[in-house]
Amino acid sequence: MRQLIIIGSGPAGYTAAIYAARGGLEPLLIASSVDAGGELMKTTDVENFPGFPEGIQGPDLMENFRKQAERFGTEIVMDDVTELDLSGDIKKVTLGNGDTYEARSIIYATGSAYRKLGLEDEERLAGYGVSWCATCDGFFFRQKTIAVVGGGDSAMEEATFLTKFADKVYVIHRSDQLRASKAMQDRAFSNPKIEFLFNKTVQHIYGDGQVTGVGLVDTVDGSETTLDVSGLFVAIGSDPRTHLVHGKLDLTPEGTIAVEGRSSRTSVPGVFAAGDVVDPTYKQAITAAGSGTVAALDAEHYLSSLPAPAQAVTA
Amino acid sequence: MAALDVTDATFEAEVLNSDKTILVDFWAEWCGPCRAVSPILDQIATEHADKITVVKLNVDDNPQTAMKYQITSIPAMKVYQGGEVVKTVIGAKPKPALEADLAAFLA
Repeated sequence: MRQLIIIGSGPAGYTAAIYAARGGLEPLLIASSVDAGGELMKTTDVENFPGFPEGIQGPDLMENFRKQAERFGTEIVMDDVTELDLSGDIKKVTLGNGDTYEARSIIYATGSAYRKLGLEDEERLAGYGVSWCATCDGFFFRQKTIAVVGGGDSAMEEATFLTKFADKVYVIHRSDQLRASKAMQDRAFSNPKIEFLFNKTVQHIYGDGQVTGVGLVDTVDGSETTLDVSGLFVAIGSDPRTHLVHGKLDLTPEGTIAVEGRSSRTSVPGVFAAGDVVDPTYKQAITAAGSGTVAALDAEHYLSSLPAPAQAVTA
Repeated sequence: MAALDVTDATFEAEVLNSDKTILVDFWAEWCGPCRAVSPILDQIATEHADKITVVKLNVDDNPQTAMKYQITSIPAMKVYQGGEVVKTVIGAKPKPALEADLAAFLA
């Protein structure tokens, strides 16, 4: 029996682990098998995480997080949670390898997953020109013309990154207002290889073996156009990963896990949530890390309020 | 057992002319998901050593082969039998999902 199991290995999960481990809770962190490290593993330069004045590479930052969590006694398992039983005082977490772990408390920090366009040919051409990871796949589009869909920070970052390889990068956005921060917008606007196509949505993706083009619809006048591109990078945001807790924890209308006020307390005592999975608004590495801290402190407080056996182990 | 590296120069001999079932893992240093899936492929290779051989091709160092097989997303895992691609799996996946994708070659 554990005091605390943390599910997730992004900034929220690891920060919760650092605090909980320093607090003597000896947490077990379930990191996932292939998504360990979270979204930042697919990011290159992180320039807005305090403490790194020259910036840091996303995977390096996550490596640091992991080391810091391990230094204080966090145990890390590289597997995926397949089932959660949150009903009793003792929570049960089952993994892909079949192992089940028990704990008095859970911090759920599974982050969010890339949103898909929901188009017919998207799945078929995924990996054949349709991509959600510019840092993985940009390399293969040297001297090509490609498009990025989206108007947020990640779309601007991807578009800018992709100009290292591609001759031309279109940014397709459904309105004429970008959600991206000013710094990211300015960088994209000043890049001569980037051309913005505002008020357009992607309706079709063309290509047999590989993407050859996209069909666009104008959101203002409804006119349809075709754009010849050999790659389409989708950066239209992400949705909280809540499928394991559906029907077990209350969710908000936005689909994130509902927490009480500024705390990390979910609708089930002993279960805390942190990071992008509770945050429909800010979704930054640093806000996720802060949220992980809150969850660790809430979990500590909860455990110390439990009757004797838990306290004895904690102390 | 760490997988053998193949290159543009050795691809024909090691993969295309092999009489075994060969899984080629197309990868690169800078690809986070590639690093995540690599140990899983090593496990599968060890557990099914009599059925399938896993080799790795670094797409940075071996652009010809990557281009020939139209790799545009990594990790890309291609299974070769008798010089032909018989299965393609794209993207890092958990072990059970990869085993399911490759079931026909592991049984």
